[in-house]
Amino acid sequence: MEAIYSLMDALLPFSWSSYTFMKNAFLAILLVTPLFGLLSTMVVSNRMAFFSDSLGHGAFTGIAIGVLLGSVSPLLSLVLFSVAFAVFITYIQNKSTASTDTIIGVFSATAIALGLMIMSHGGGFNKFSSYLIGDILSIVPGDLGALAAIAVLVIFAWAWLFNRLLVMSINPVFARSRGIRTFWVESIFASILAVVVSISIQWVGILIINALLVLPGASARNIANNVKQYTLFSVLIAVISGVTGLILAYYFSLAAGATIVVVSAVIFFITLGLKPYFAR
Amino acid sequence: MAPRGLFHERKTALLRTFLHHRAASGSDCTKLCCTKIEDFTVRVGRLTIFEHINIHIHCGQLTALIGPNGAGKSTLLKAILGEVPHSGHLHYMDAKHKHTKPVIGYVPQYLRFDVSAPTSVFDLFQACLTQKPVWLFPAKRLRPRVRKNLERVHAADLIDRRLGALSGGELQRVLLALALDPMPDLLLLDEPVSGVDQNGLELFYEIVEDLRAKEDMAIILISHDLNMVARHADQVVLMNKGVICSGSPDEVFHDPKTIRLFGMIPEAVAHHADVSIDASTGAGNVKEGA
Repeated sequence: MEAIYSLMDALLPFSWSSYTFMKNAFLAILLVTPLFGLLSTMVVSNRMAFFSDSLGHGAFTGIAIGVLLGSVSPLLSLVLFSVAFAVFITYIQNKSTASTDTIIGVFSATAIALGLMIMSHGGGFNKFSSYLIGDILSIVPGDLGALAAIAVLVIFAWAWLFNRLLVMSINPVFARSRGIRTFWVESIFASILAVVVSISIQWVGILIINALLVLPGASARNIANNVKQYTLFSVLIAVISGVTGLILAYYFSLAAGATIVVVSAVIFFITLGLKPYFAR
Repeated sequence: MAPRGLFHERKTALLRTFLHHRAASGSDCTKLCCTKIEDFTVRVGRLTIFEHINIHIHCGQLTALIGPNGAGKSTLLKAILGEVPHSGHLHYMDAKHKHTKPVIGYVPQYLRFDVSAPTSVFDLFQACLTQKPVWLFPAKRLRPRVRKNLERVHAADLIDRRLGALSGGELQRVLLALALDPMPDLLLLDEPVSGVDQNGLELFYEIVEDLRAKEDMAIILISHDLNMVARHADQVVLMNKGVICSGSPDEVFHDPKTIRLFGMIPEAVAHHADVSIDASTGAGNVKEGA
């Protein structure tokens, strides 16, 4: 860790990067934003914006259960609950004939309500409010190791999943006719989303986490003409917004998660304006 | 094993006599590969989508499924794909008369993707044909194969276009090209109701006709254009929650049951049916008036 810090001192001779908590935050952003960029492409292409939003809402219950049980860390309980929640929604979607919006709406609302109910027990809701906005400066070196491990796992999973998800985004029946097991692909994708969302909630915040899963892909598709460009632009936009947002947040003392999202939104509107010049 | 073999022989003998009346080609099932759809029934809850469907298809034959909206045509294709729970069996026998699992190619009717998706035709082929993730690896070596696939459907120049920028007819041809790699034993085509112009439709049927002649495969096509059916199909199956009637285009289009279901069959269709059966030349010159 010390070696990385001194390398950063050499490469980034700025006042913001002289603090250790900022170094940690910067490293966390470099590890996590590319994942958001990758996942974002298929969240947008497979019309899962509402689904990924519900993962943030499901976090309420995940955190609440963790606190209720006491013995497990809130993060572990959050990750486990979110994965179960995501796979369960995917399963119900595949089984039921009701529309996707309705099913997600039902589960999302239930998860928020259940979470709030448990959290409000004994009138101690305030101690959870940090999860709503998130705090990027709360990241410690131990978290960075976990983030790095997850980043590697996600990239490997993505290599396996991507082609299948791409074919499924065209037509699921067609995908199955080519031997793709769509339920498994969807479930694994949903689980990965759940893991990445739940580990990021503590620093981005429940309220805006979904923006990071929608904006990079939505911006990239304005200016991309094939899948390689789409992925590249989405990852670049996610990383650039992350780093820019963090530095702006430092100098103007703002909430980092919110600033990152605002920067992504600005990039989205710029790409929207550029669309006529890029789209073939 | 012996009783089963005996039973099978009797069954094929029966089918042979049966086929002479039903299938337009009248060819012998023991020599060609063939597909039998036996007693297919699909129910959703208490609602019967269709029941007791029996269709026999030879390779090198184009079978057209026609029928009103809600007749269960698309559902039948999905049942053949194993997509919809159904009762009944699909038997496939290859040219050596062995029961095998057929490779099924499928061209869907609707696509769910949104037109702004930055997916090119080549991306889609790469995603379908290889395990290498499209976002990571360039696939220069795949290009000649994709080009060859697209040439088969007269779409080689579309290779780098975005899917969303294709016309309905172009998209249909690209999907057909995809369904042909790997070359299927059974090709299921669900034709879109709209979005394909007349020229696109003509081209599509020409390609299908060409495939039927060159490749040893059975083709089942859901069609909404009776003219095209009359000109190109070997066998027509009229469906409405079950098989209403089937046979050569000529037989089906002159059947009173068809006329009852579709109202009046345009004279040109009936005429086409006659022409394509009696004298296969010149059929393409007759233009419909309906």
